Amino acid sequence: MNSHGQKASEKLLQKPLIKPPRSKASQRNRLFYASIIYLVILGAAALAAPIISPYNPNDQHLEERFAPPSGKYLLGTDNFGRDLFSRIIYGSRSALLVGIVSVSIAVVIGLTVGMIAALSEGLVDNILMLLMDSILSFPTVLLAITVVSFLGYGLLQVMLAIGVIFSPVFARIVRAEALSIKTEGYVEASRALGSSQLKIVFLHIIPNLLGKVVVQGSITFAISVVIEASLSFLGLGTQPPTASWGLMLKDARNYLVQAPWMAIYPGVALALTVLSFNIIGDTLSEKINPRIQG
Amino acid sequence: MAENLIDIRELKKYYPVHGGIFKRHIADIKAVDGVDLKIEKGECLGLVGESGCGKTTLGKTILRLHGATSGRIYFGQSEDIIERIESLLKSENPEERQEGEKLLRQHDLTRLSRKNLLPLRKKIQIVFQDPSNSLNPRMLVKAIIAEPLIAQRLMSGKDIEKRVLELLYTVGLAKEHMMRYPHEFSGGQRQRIAIARALATYPEFILMDEPTSALDVSVQAQILNLLKKLQDEFKLTYLFVTHHLLVVKHISNRIAVMYLGKMAELGPTAEIFDKPLHPYTKALLSAIPIPDPKTKMEKIILSGDVPNPINPPSGCRFHPRCKYAKDICREVEPKLEVAEGRHQVACHRWKEIS
Repeated sequence: MNSHGQKASEKLLQKPLIKPPRSKASQRNRLFYASIIYLVILGAAALAAPIISPYNPNDQHLEERFAPPSGKYLLGTDNFGRDLFSRIIYGSRSALLVGIVSVSIAVVIGLTVGMIAALSEGLVDNILMLLMDSILSFPTVLLAITVVSFLGYGLLQVMLAIGVIFSPVFARIVRAEALSIKTEGYVEASRALGSSQLKIVFLHIIPNLLGKVVVQGSITFAISVVIEASLSFLGLGTQPPTASWGLMLKDARNYLVQAPWMAIYPGVALALTVLSFNIIGDTLSEKINPRIQG
Repeated sequence: MAENLIDIRELKKYYPVHGGIFKRHIADIKAVDGVDLKIEKGECLGLVGESGCGKTTLGKTILRLHGATSGRIYFGQSEDIIERIESLLKSENPEERQEGEKLLRQHDLTRLSRKNLLPLRKKIQIVFQDPSNSLNPRMLVKAIIAEPLIAQRLMSGKDIEKRVLELLYTVGLAKEHMMRYPHEFSGGQRQRIAIARALATYPEFILMDEPTSALDVSVQAQILNLLKKLQDEFKLTYLFVTHHLLVVKHISNRIAVMYLGKMAELGPTAEIFDKPLHPYTKALLSAIPIPDPKTKMEKIILSGDVPNPINPPSGCRFHPRCKYAKDICREVEPKLEVAEGRHQVACHRWKEIS
């Protein structure tokens, strides 16, 4: 037998002839980790914005307006000659801030209202849930615009508005979960041991519904980033010259043919962020249950 | 006669049924309807009956997991006080009755305030039917067993850890089980954890709410033997609620048979099994399969279903399904009367039919 043929057969043996297809679960896991990596990078960029952005986001280089992406301006410049890359980095700050603050507000309100409703039942439950449902019955962006026009324009008002608007979603989840957990044996056992209502809430009920809240929080985060961008696009959110993805899209609208990069890059950043939070939310909802996890 | 740990008098538990557009109160489900029961110190009283007869409700009312509609439960009270209160309550004089009501607020378990109830919670514990449901899936075994100790502020820090370890050994588990979650255990082991939690506060009375019904047959025996061992070791009193008659025969000193919220028969285990007096008990016992092909068993098949507890039959509750029923059974409610020694039965015709 010649050595050449032997080598070839060895090579064949080393590689499986047919590549095993990737399972759906592992594909999803890859997406999950990719999303986390993207968000970590985004978060780090937001924190370290002054260090890593090549230019001041508000510096106008008027002689270099509408510069296409190049070595000097990584993602090009806008109609005032501002560096788009720096503005996207700074824009991530308002996007993430809105997400964190408004989701926190929504969780705090929702958890409190939902828990009170579930524990009191009867009339209090009905009134609280009617209130929550009435908020839920308005179109989200419309309600946000209404609230913001009452409170005044600006990032803080937007965060407050989004937080209040999404609190019913959390209240509903918390109430439903708390009602079912309340009848579990370990809650009854705890009551038989002499635990106070407050202790039962914090020791048994909240830990067992937190998973669902985290999942919903992740998805709400994505939506609130979009709403912030929408409100800024309409001129109700972040006020210029502060960098915000929604504002950048608004500026880009007039120069879509002339300078498409002005719209593309903020749009991509926005889309990726929303997608990542959604993927994380979906994956977590499957992973969160310790009984399935084993 | 042995001392009574628990003395239940005329206990009633009704669940209101609401209906109509305005959620009016239209009827009551009479889950427990006037039960008298004494549980002696150190005994295991088996409480049997079919599904929905109120046996679990009775147990949970003793634990104050459900509030009683009316009636009295005395826990660890001396005979003198109970008799005094009872006679005051029956008195013609309204002032004396008021005096009785006042005393009840300090001595009756169903009327105790939250503050006064708390120390009693130490002495009354419960083991549930399904251990996968009675243990919080997000708590470590250590935290689960320590929960009663912390809730009752019995001890702190290092002592808790020592006590948890001691309890784990007592129920046949080991130190390495402390830092695990409930889902990592088998059904039998989980029930052992639940038992350890019930034992933590040095209780006097444990309500066993079908503790073996959710387990495999092979594990059932282990758990039963463990419960028996623990009872001897710690001088515990059990109320053992179950629908499994052989389990009760194995572990109980006395048996109480319930039917539709009422006590039907009550007596020492051997007497109930050898010489059942109530027709319902006879039917229950005849349903136990005997592992011997040669014995010819006469099975008593009850016709019909358990009547609706919202609207129980008049007179004796069992009469629509009883083949011995006569006019008196349809009209007069039978009282629990002493048949012989400690054997009591609630039937008009027990003398004739036995």
